Amino acid sequence: MYIVVVGGGRLGYNLLKALLNEGHEVLLLEKDARICKTITDEMGSVCYRGDGCEAATLAEVGTGRADMLVAVTGDDEDNLVACQVAKHKHNVPRTIARIRNPQNALLFKKLGVDVTVSTTDLILEAIEREVPTHPLTQLLTIDEKGLVIVDVKISPESTTVGKMVKELSLPKESKLALIIPGEGNAHVPAANTILHAGDQIIAVTSPESKDELKAALRGV
Amino acid sequence: MKVLIMGCGRVGARLASLLDEDGHEVTVLDNDIYSFRRLPPTFGGAALFGNGIDEEALRKAGIEDADIFVALTQGDNRNVMSCQIAKHIFNVPRVMCRIYDPLREEMYSALGLETISPTKVFAQLLREKLES
Repeated sequence: MYIVVVGGGRLGYNLLKALLNEGHEVLLLEKDARICKTITDEMGSVCYRGDGCEAATLAEVGTGRADMLVAVTGDDEDNLVACQVAKHKHNVPRTIARIRNPQNALLFKKLGVDVTVSTTDLILEAIEREVPTHPLTQLLTIDEKGLVIVDVKISPESTTVGKMVKELSLPKESKLALIIPGEGNAHVPAANTILHAGDQIIAVTSPESKDELKAALRGV
Repeated sequence: MKVLIMGCGRVGARLASLLDEDGHEVTVLDNDIYSFRRLPPTFGGAALFGNGIDEEALRKAGIEDADIFVALTQGDNRNVMSCQIAKHIFNVPRVMCRIYDPLREEMYSALGLETISPTKVFAQLLREKLES
């Protein structure tokens, strides 16, 4: 695959490295000459100095034959424009934008960016996972399907302790995938599986019914 | 008419005071309050601190009732993004976008934004003056 990466910050640099390791043809666009030189010295001619938001620059690096463009600069507006130019001027089939303001996800989708990755949300989720008392943690978002994978902790106070899975009134979009007990091996829940304090339940649900799922699993 | 101007640089401040003189209800938004020094003491509109690519800031600046939105910051991409928010999220009836880069200007114009490239306009103006 030919992939164009816009922005040579820490994220762009590491992405370039990872994609090259996977054997892709990758070119990174970076405005800053010094950053370009550092990357070129280390990895060879995989960095081109120029503005990834300019149609002319994108044309020079053959974006027309790119399978994908990934914009990972630190500014949401630059990432938006790079993706829009790639899409509308060069017909790139798949564009991915990093966003810092999670609110921008909806706007970017509406404006034709195929995928957005909110680094702010990712960091928040990672920190939430580390807070032991947090009852529900979002592990993964599957944008295309409108689903999220969550981890719900059953605490000793949960009124559902001792109940069977079939007694819970789960929201209909939710499916329990796995139970990781405080001790012992993880198992796939069946209708008559009993919940215990200390269980961690991995479930698939829609973003809207996250709270309903949490309430159903932990009681009130 | 209610006009929201993003960017209180030389052009933004001047446009704001001209429209204010004409009796329009003008609000200027800038993420640096020092820029508001460019507004004349007689300016009767509102000057607000805020980031024009943030939906919440735009809402606070009254974009939901605005008849006109004009983006005049130094950054082409900021202007493009805020104008698309104004047009596609808030459905502002008239949205105008300054884009210095002529190529980018042509593309966004083709995508349906009302755009002006000062680069193109000024070069054309100079050519006409020099060749006449």
